[in-house]
Amino acid sequence: MSTHHHHAKDFLFTYIFSTDHKMISKQFLVTGFLMGFIGLIMSTLFRLQLGWPGESFEMIELLMGSWQEDGVMAPDKYLSLVTMHGTIMVFFLLTAGLSGTFSNLLIPLQIGARDMASGFLNMLSYWFFFISSVVMLCSLFVEGGAASAGWTIYPPLSALPQAIPGSGAGMTLWLVSMSIFIVSSLLGSLNYIVTILNMRTKGMSMTRLPLTIWAFLLTAILGVLSFPVLLSAALLLVFDRSFGTSFYLSDIYIGGQVLEHSGGSPILFEHLFWFLGHPEVYIVLLPALGITSEIISTMTRKPIFGYRAMIGSMMAIGFLSFIVWGHHMFLTGMNPFLGSVFTFTTLLIAIPSAVKVFNYLTTLWKGNIVFTPATMFSVGLVSTFISGGVTGLILGNSALDINVHDTYFVVGHFHIVMGLSAIFGMFAGVYHWFPKLFGRMMNNKLGNIHFWITICCAYGVFFPMHFLGFAGVPRRYYTNSEFPMFDNMIDINVFISVCAILAMIGQLVFFFNFVYSAFRGPKAPMNPWKGNTLEWTSPVEHFHGNWYGEIPAVYRWPYDYSKVNANGEYVYGEDFIPQTTPLGDDEKDGGEH
Amino acid sequence: MMTIIVVVAVILVVIAGSQLLKIAELRALSKGELIYEVSEKEGKQSGLLMLGFFAAFMAFFAWQMWSWYGLKLPVSASAHGVDTDWLTGATYAVITPVFILTNGLLFFFCFKYSYSSTRKATFFSHSNKLEMIWTIAPSLVLTVLILMGLSNWNKIMTPIADEDDRVLIELTGQQFTWTARYAGADKKLGRSHVTLIEGVNATGVDATDDNAKDDKLVKGEFHLPVGMPVQFVFRSLDAIHSAYMPHFRSQMNCVPGITTQFNFVPTKTTEEMRKITNNDEFNYVLLCNKICGAAHYNMQMDIVVESQEDYDKWLAEQKTFVE
Ligand code: HEM
Ligand SMILES: [Cu+2]
Ligand SMILES: [Cu+2]
Repeated sequence: MSTHHHHAKDFLFTYIFSTDHKMISKQFLVTGFLMGFIGLIMSTLFRLQLGWPGESFEMIELLMGSWQEDGVMAPDKYLSLVTMHGTIMVFFLLTAGLSGTFSNLLIPLQIGARDMASGFLNMLSYWFFFISSVVMLCSLFVEGGAASAGWTIYPPLSALPQAIPGSGAGMTLWLVSMSIFIVSSLLGSLNYIVTILNMRTKGMSMTRLPLTIWAFLLTAILGVLSFPVLLSAALLLVFDRSFGTSFYLSDIYIGGQVLEHSGGSPILFEHLFWFLGHPEVYIVLLPALGITSEIISTMTRKPIFGYRAMIGSMMAIGFLSFIVWGHHMFLTGMNPFLGSVFTFTTLLIAIPSAVKVFNYLTTLWKGNIVFTPATMFSVGLVSTFISGGVTGLILGNSALDINVHDTYFVVGHFHIVMGLSAIFGMFAGVYHWFPKLFGRMMNNKLGNIHFWITICCAYGVFFPMHFLGFAGVPRRYYTNSEFPMFDNMIDINVFISVCAILAMIGQLVFFFNFVYSAFRGPKAPMNPWKGNTLEWTSPVEHFHGNWYGEIPAVYRWPYDYSKVNANGEYVYGEDFIPQTTPLGDDEKDGGEH
Repeated sequence: MMTIIVVVAVILVVIAGSQLLKIAELRALSKGELIYEVSEKEGKQSGLLMLGFFAAFMAFFAWQMWSWYGLKLPVSASAHGVDTDWLTGATYAVITPVFILTNGLLFFFCFKYSYSSTRKATFFSHSNKLEMIWTIAPSLVLTVLILMGLSNWNKIMTPIADEDDRVLIELTGQQFTWTARYAGADKKLGRSHVTLIEGVNATGVDATDDNAKDDKLVKGEFHLPVGMPVQFVFRSLDAIHSAYMPHFRSQMNCVPGITTQFNFVPTKTTEEMRKITNNDEFNYVLLCNKICGAAHYNMQMDIVVESQEDYDKWLAEQKTFVE
């Protein structure tokens, strides 16, 4: 009896309330992916409506049965789905899922620490995230439906249940869920920062950190500085909704009634929201960029080109991301001079972004590229980062934004540059570090199939959206059929929807590969990709503490791949030199010759 | 029934897939290979596919341009819109080559440098010169784009000062309709407030204000005289709306509690535009472009641009707000 009791307790603390960063990483990954899959299904549902407006679908009936008896989506349900899709993808999949998984897994392993600074806070961070996910999903089932004011939840729409049914209980739960989410994110980020700054192993100076760690560090700093602002915005909104204050509301006449609110301004909300909202884009993106930097360098068997420039450009992007939020608000009636300033700062961000792209290209140049699925997804990221990034020059230029603001051009732009890039980075990371996560290998062939389906369908979904934007089609429209001027858009919409359905089916290949490999894949060796970084010196099996005996010390930067001596031979006989190898007498560190 | 079949099929596929994976793994082992190691041949195939993908991507791009580019908005019907379109075009002239070239290099490198056991990767970790080049080159291009954009932006956003030589219209958004208010003979809009909304006074115009006496409220469609600067003032009564007039390259949010503004000069009458687009049913529209509730997708108002005489005639027929 007592042993049984003991087992249960072991199980509880190993798998559920674990304080080990590797287990917490897996928890984030699985929860994030489940949320992501739900978000994906939602997008398929509303793409059905957009491709074939007003038609009845069995899938809609099956999944939304009790709400949409006849299988036809209602307009306010459409907006609920769009809102939940955006929220889930941005926050749950690509913030918590991405950072939570890889910061947790890689920070201790790559800096040479036994665990996070505080394992307990780390555990809390996951459980807050879990609770907020549950609350967010529950909000789908309340009266009036889930929040439906867009993921940006601008008041007054989000403040007044009279304005849309989803602004009732659904919105309340959205705010509760996001508040819990923010707590989770802050606990996680503080932990990451402290760990990186204080717990590096001997020899691991800041300039010997892998770019992944730099990316996670900057991401965490962005999060700590910007999420609290969203929290305060959300709290003020709660006051306006429930306690009759007027932070965001003024002069409102709705449903035949004049409301008593007076003196507030929804613009205040927009400022607070986008003060988080824009850095959020980089909170999503930077970890993906860090991950691919690492993978591209390892798999091209070449040092990353411009290590310092990569760090510098990430810092520049991080800093600038705090002074560009106004580009979402050019048309709110802000002072035109302010608009000019935001145009200026916004287009500045293009410079460090361009530097990163060129550095990636130069890293691939004259490499010896090993095409694992991780490599492919990293290449995919560079491609989407380019294809989505260039259209930013249109949107960031206030004069040009006037005509494309809030059209499908924007939807195309941000999905490619942020959604796809971050998703690709996340997939790349999963394929690459799967051996560290689960001690087994994923199947390459299925991974390749997954990559090709995903990149083809993803471009198929989001590239044509630019053309809808040229035609002036607004986003967040339940259907375009009310406007004769949009009548001939239906071909594009059908094309997009077909690609979206195929993309979703393609993800099943991944899920199958993931689940199968986690349990039955071939056992992983310690260093399957011949990497230099410290995680590949830690044993495959998981135990608290990461290394038996001493933590290894570090003697060099992480990118000594294909380093040759004067005779053109590999310095140590292999095309890689782990960070734990002491520097030779005639060797210089940091990629210098 | 259908559901059961699907479920059974999925289960079978999963079982078959698992078996196949196991077999592949064992087969590789029997040949002394590790299944997760990418062979040189596979690597070459992937590299080739990368190049193929780029070709397909460009073909896809060309096909879309061919079949969908023509669906874009017709030529601008406002004066500033011509500049907007020009600058948009100029920006495309910059970004399209960058898009093609950098994507091209990316996939070409993938093809060219896929793994070969006989070759060594080049240890090339940084070059100040190269990094300088690709910091400075984009900066120069961006400077030009920013400067042109800003001069354009400042021109567009400057309100029309001359009160005699402009049409003043207030557009008020409300779930899910628009109301236009014309300033009338005195060229001034009267005060308004939500507490005064009642019946036909849909936007709460203050009847005690002298300036309001000749204001005219219009629904359904509103008219503009061609060639005359139009100063718009925007209001909202409930959620945030956005007054989007795509044919005039014009858009501004309508925010409850404050007024916002925008102006343009319409340069083509509805008739002219019908000829240009070859479409007898063409109409300019005002649409809502900020999510504002369930029927956001259908919040519209027609716009008619006509000669000054026709416009004067139409306006004279509209009732003033006091009538
Ligand atoms: C195949 C996958 C996806 C498809 C088909 C898809 C499709 C769409 C479409 C069509 C919209 C616009 C709906 C409208 O404006 O009416 C939308 C909105 C959005 N999507 Fe996705 N999406 C996908 C994946 C993602 C990913 C990975 C992200 C992560 C960043 C994402 C984030 C968003 C956001 C933030 C919005 C805006 C929601 C709003 O307007 O409030 N989506 N999606
Ligand atoms: Cu932004
Ligand atoms: Cu509206």
